[in-house]
Amino acid sequence: MPNMSLKKNPMPSQDPVERASNFKEVALGYTKEMALDEAQRCLSCKNKPCTKGCPVQIDIPAFIKKVAEEDFEGAYDIIAKDSSLPAVCGRVCPQENQCEKYCVRGIKGEPVGIGRLERFVADWHNENAKEAPVKPASNGHKVAIIGSGPSGLTCAGDLAKKGYEVTVFEALHTAGGVLVYGIPEFRLPKAIVQKEVDGLKALGVKIETNTVVGKTVSVDELMSDEFGFEAVFIGSGAGLPSFMNIPGENLKAVYSANEFLTRINLMKAYREGADTPIKHSKAVAVVGGGNVAMDAARCAKRLGAEHVYIVYRRSEAELPARREEVEHAKEEGIEFKLLNNPVEILGGEDRFVNGIKCIRMELGEPDASGRRRPVAVPGSEFVLDVDCVIMAIGTSPNPLIKNTTEGLDTNSHGCIVAEEETGKTSKDMVYAGGDAVTGAATVILAMGAGKTAAKAIDEALSK
Amino acid sequence: MYKIVKKQELNPTVTLMSIEAPMVARKALAGQFIILRVDEDGERIPLTIAGYDRKGGTVDIIFQVVGATTEKLNHKKQGECIQDFVGPLGVASHLEGLKKVCVVGGGVGNAIAYPIVKALHEQGSDVTAILGFRNKDLVILEDEFRAASNNFIICTDDGSYGEKALVTEPLKRLLESGEQFDEVITIGPIVMMKFVTKTVQPFGIPCIVSMSPIMVDGTGMCGGCRLTVDGKTKFACVDGPDFDGYKVDFDEAIDRGSMYKAFEAQAREAACNLYKMEVK
Ligand SMILES: Cc1cc2nc3c(=O)[nH]c(=O)nc-3n(C[C@H](O)[C@H](O)[C@H](O)COP(=O)(O)OP(=O)(O)OC[C@H]3O[C@@H](n4cnc5c(N)ncnc54)[C@H](O)[C@@H]3O)c2cc1C
Ligand SMILES: Cc1cc2nc3c(=O)[nH]c(=O)nc-3n(C[C@H](O)[C@H](O)[C@H](O)COP(=O)(O)OP(=O)(O)OC[C@H]3O[C@@H](n4cnc5c(N)ncnc54)[C@H](O)[C@@H]3O)c2cc1C
Ligand code: SF4
Ligand code: FES
Repeated sequence: MPNMSLKKNPMPSQDPVERASNFKEVALGYTKEMALDEAQRCLSCKNKPCTKGCPVQIDIPAFIKKVAEEDFEGAYDIIAKDSSLPAVCGRVCPQENQCEKYCVRGIKGEPVGIGRLERFVADWHNENAKEAPVKPASNGHKVAIIGSGPSGLTCAGDLAKKGYEVTVFEALHTAGGVLVYGIPEFRLPKAIVQKEVDGLKALGVKIETNTVVGKTVSVDELMSDEFGFEAVFIGSGAGLPSFMNIPGENLKAVYSANEFLTRINLMKAYREGADTPIKHSKAVAVVGGGNVAMDAARCAKRLGAEHVYIVYRRSEAELPARREEVEHAKEEGIEFKLLNNPVEILGGEDRFVNGIKCIRMELGEPDASGRRRPVAVPGSEFVLDVDCVIMAIGTSPNPLIKNTTEGLDTNSHGCIVAEEETGKTSKDMVYAGGDAVTGAATVILAMGAGKTAAKAIDEALSK
Repeated sequence: MYKIVKKQELNPTVTLMSIEAPMVARKALAGQFIILRVDEDGERIPLTIAGYDRKGGTVDIIFQVVGATTEKLNHKKQGECIQDFVGPLGVASHLEGLKKVCVVGGGVGNAIAYPIVKALHEQGSDVTAILGFRNKDLVILEDEFRAASNNFIICTDDGSYGEKALVTEPLKRLLESGEQFDEVITIGPIVMMKFVTKTVQPFGIPCIVSMSPIMVDGTGMCGGCRLTVDGKTKFACVDGPDFDGYKVDFDEAIDRGSMYKAFEAQAREAACNLYKMEVK
């Protein structure tokens, strides 16, 4: 008999007051009992609406059934058929817009906690699975992967399992992409990402950090006889930060979210005695409403800011961040200044930020994105007292690879043009996927694109 | 890990190191830089490529000890390794076609200027080098500069060596005497570059400056290195480090460089104390 409770099993979490001053993981994960109870809520629908909402079509009812049967490794095997990073995706996927959005239990009450179950299964596997990955026999083909974010890691893993000799080239000093430099420890512990990377190394994947493709070496050189790679996958992400181009943006203590988060996550500036500096502010305005903005705001709070504001030009309903992150941010005391848009950043004589001037907005007619367009209310300007401003208004692909690779087509947004079904680009034997192709998107889509390209590369090279 | 194959003290606070980094040596050009981390959890700092040996696979850096990270780096011995070393980054200096050039360097900026003077010399350009130092003890690379320049002027703030002058004085003298340069290239403290630009401007000669803002990644990902050039935001790590001096907002760049002053002073003291403890 299924569990007909209208509510999900709540996620055990660190107390909001306590966690607002530490960087330890917020959501603690289901216990076995909770997972079993939650799994009982699934009705095993024949037409699997949830699976259709999943970007990589994980067989959700099947894995949940295994959970209910207490066969957690069996559940893991089902997920692993379609996802290489379940411990990551279980934590960061926007489930409310994907699988859980279509779950029939969500029509009356809350959907099944699919993400939470996925995380439980992945964590159980990471803790209990014994079998260590073994390096398969080489098939003699060499493939280069550019970028070690979710798309690159996935593509590398899938190819390595088939015997390809894979080398991942990463610009930064640590592998993981946004998973290590962007998403904070309290949302995605770095040990989880490291475990994925170590797993790849055990499969024989070489990881060359400190290699900026386009500077240290070009795509064409990688494919030349000197290096001898037969195929290249570009998973270089969308790392170029946008600014608003308003007055005062170059004052001291105005950060892009990328810089602020990189200093904290990659460079560990939050730790006492760290070598890399970060400004500890009293009041911070974070401009934007996505996951990046929530992460920056919650980091600023943890560094000791008394007031942290989210300044977003649309309303709560349009906030693009995961629902759970918005809830967590509110619990931690982040103040939401919705329907406001910055017009100027103000500075003192010392050229440090001392305020941000905003204008109130109203929602007008729907725009191209289908969301109601925010319109400024004339004369409604006001100043928020802040000593730090973080711009989290979006990123786009870095033009470096495009500018240094002959014959690689990009669109007007600077995104690499690639076939959706294969990841093939305009250049022979060069594939691409993830944010470099789609613009800033999600971990699961990047992961999926890495899988798709690995399959296509394998087909092309085993012909 | 990247091995220090040679370490040489150029003056009490300036050190040259050759680092084993064949992938960087392969592609390095004058005007480009690297980013390094001395150890795990260390800060990423940019240093100009002062020289390279493509065959031997080494890259030279010359750095002045000014704070915690350069202090730590200076404590590394020949034969030891540093954690990370990435490059070559930035756009190489545009030197093609230049026949007669004046290079004006100040302080440790002279270390950055040297590979440019050398590259100009090797392509047969006529080079005037004007170097400024605070005093005689701080002079570096004099023989190297002399060997690579047609006209060599050295000055010190206190007159303890060469001419007692700021670099702008001999520069102005040369320009007023009718010297025709295709370009003036200046590298050093921002204030110095600002005044060199002002000195050159009336003569209508292009003036290129080498900017060194605070950087993190060096690949265009963080925007921390941004400058205003011709009213537009530029990222020094990917658009530079060389820019048209007439278009750079120097005052803003000076401000931004002082963002972490208090932190830096503290970090340096902590690093020094650590080494003092080790000595005991
Ligand atoms: C702060 C933040 C929070 C986010 N939160 C979520 C979330 O909760 N849920 C979610 O689904 N998504 C989230 N995202 C989005 C998600 O992280 C990305 O969509 C995903 O990481 C994209 O993966 P990728 O493999 O395409 O690229 P990335 O993860 O961006 O990795 C690209 C890698 O390539 C490297 N690289 C770039 N250029 C070069 C080069 N020339 N040579 C060598 N290496 C290069 C980069 O250094 C980087 O390591 C978030 C993003 C950010 C920034
Ligand atoms: C493109 C470029 C090329 C450079 N080339 C050379 C060189 O060839 N030789 C040399 O001696 N110095 C060079 N510098 C400057 C060098 O990077 C700084 O001296 C060094 O970062 C100081 O670090 P620190 O921890 O020892 O000192 P800190 O006490 O941290 O800082 C001292 C000063 O250095 C600057 N600085 C600090 N951190 C950084 C950073 N991450 N990036 C850039 N500047 C910073 C600040 O303005 C500060 O006032 C270059 C800088 C740039 C941007
Ligand atoms: S839609 Fe919901 S109830 Fe139906 S199978 Fe998927 S998770 Fe189970
Ligand atoms: S150093 Fe980060 S963008 Fe230039």
